[in-house]
Amino acid sequence: MSIGLLIFVFVLSIFLGIELISKVPSQLHTPLMSGSNAISGITIVGAIIAAGRGAGTVSTVLGTLAVVFATINVVGGYLVTNRMLGMFKQKEGGKS
Amino acid sequence: MTLPNIVVDIGYIVASILFIMGIKMLGKPQTARRGNMVSAFGMLIAVVITLLVGGLSYTWIIVGLLIGSAIGAIVAKVVKMTSMPEMVALFNGFGGIASLLVGWAEFQSSPDMTLFTAVAILFAVLIGGVAFSGSMIAWGKLSETMSGKPFLFAGQQIVNGLIVIGIVVSGVLFAIDTTAPVAYTYFMIFAALSLILGVMGVIPIGGGDMPVVISLLNSYSGLAACAAGFIILNNVLIVSGALVGASGIILTSIMCKAMNRSLTNVLFSGFGAAPAASAGKIEGEAKPVSAEDAYYILEAARSVAFVPGYGMAVAQAQHAVRELGELLENNGAEVRYVIHPVAGRMPGHMNVLLAEANVPYDQLAEMDDVNPIMDTVDVCMVIGANDVVNPDARENEGSPIYGMPIINADFARTVIILKRSLGSGFAGIPNPLFFKENTRMLFGDAKQSLSSLVAEFKEE
Repeated sequence: MSIGLLIFVFVLSIFLGIELISKVPSQLHTPLMSGSNAISGITIVGAIIAAGRGAGTVSTVLGTLAVVFATINVVGGYLVTNRMLGMFKQKEGGKS
Repeated sequence: MTLPNIVVDIGYIVASILFIMGIKMLGKPQTARRGNMVSAFGMLIAVVITLLVGGLSYTWIIVGLLIGSAIGAIVAKVVKMTSMPEMVALFNGFGGIASLLVGWAEFQSSPDMTLFTAVAILFAVLIGGVAFSGSMIAWGKLSETMSGKPFLFAGQQIVNGLIVIGIVVSGVLFAIDTTAPVAYTYFMIFAALSLILGVMGVIPIGGGDMPVVISLLNSYSGLAACAAGFIILNNVLIVSGALVGASGIILTSIMCKAMNRSLTNVLFSGFGAAPAASAGKIEGEAKPVSAEDAYYILEAARSVAFVPGYGMAVAQAQHAVRELGELLENNGAEVRYVIHPVAGRMPGHMNVLLAEANVPYDQLAEMDDVNPIMDTVDVCMVIGANDVVNPDARENEGSPIYGMPIINADFARTVIILKRSLGSGFAGIPNPLFFKENTRMLFGDAKQSLSSLVAEFKEE
């Protein structure tokens, strides 16, 4: 994939992100932050490749460590966000 | 098993779309929980696709995935809601260090790279490193493992400047020839300085400014993932990393606006390190009130507004607040919870705690909605909040927080303040609200004070 295309995608995504998030009620700031934090664990894709491509011991160790950290970020991040959002309720009787 | 390229590409596109939809849904209370699941599903697809790309040996990947999942799941399950800010900081730091390691592993396995890749690696290491060490310091401050006070020393800016110069020089030297034997040394220096920069960046920032720092670090870890995407030329990393980067920046600017301060001011001023000299004299006398008298005031109130702050989190008083709120409602009063955008230690901190205590979210009001009608509120109860209700921000140009939007608690007919003592907030700024004519101070631990109020109500 050409580098120019990647940069193109990057710039558009930044704008998309800004559009998506500019109007969020403040009660959702924490879940949004922790939910998007979980998404930043997407680096797990790079980590998996680094750990699995068999490019020498040091590389594999670094990659495996990266997988561990990224997975904590992903799994922990999504679960904590889910737990938090589970607590947001409307008035009794109403469903959340 | 090896997937054809087109399947891989489509898989990554689907994952990206799910992330986008997930973030969009996270922005609305009704769909937020599903949004989080949608985004988690996107992550699952991205991971599965990557595993099936082919040519990978699974042993260590699986080891890493299992260890990481176990730790993540356990931690997410046992963490208390009051510890949520430091938890988010910790997870965030782990994302950052993962990106740093991906960059390092890439350099380690194939030092012969294009200049573009070298620069991408440098960015992943720099941003990932800063996100990691910065988050660790933020975690330390939030969990009170270390002091939450700003840490300043003479020549701090000079030291920071030298670190930045060191980062630039070692980065350039590294990128000039990544295959030279000495490149490894430059790389290690670069990585070490990046980590130090993160530490230096966060230690001068006080606990009360943490909402800004956390959202900024959150943005960094996204951008680090983005840089990792440029290393392995992968769109899904770039898209999702950029989304997180943008969302973090926006939250950061919302937080800064809520404090009427620029990002530079938050990051470099060491706000609140020195007590404000020009804060002006405070006139009047604080009027303490007993729980019983406070009960009579509340009993007669037709509308009550609670203003929670970090003190409520410290005292774990959220359940007691809700109980009192319910009793007041049964007593015929209209009850609202007014939440300042930077109350607490992370964006939306108070909302999470009150939600944990089963406060329905339609009772949670934003500052701008309640301020115009504050003079119709009979009793405003301030629970462990301080600077966000400080009228000096509105009236006293000499005050360090002058211009910060506040909740106009003092406009309510009566203000009851639950507080341990007359001490100032994190920034050491005196609060004239405590001495106003219509203010009553209910001294003591917030949770105990609330419980005795609840007891008073139940006796009737």
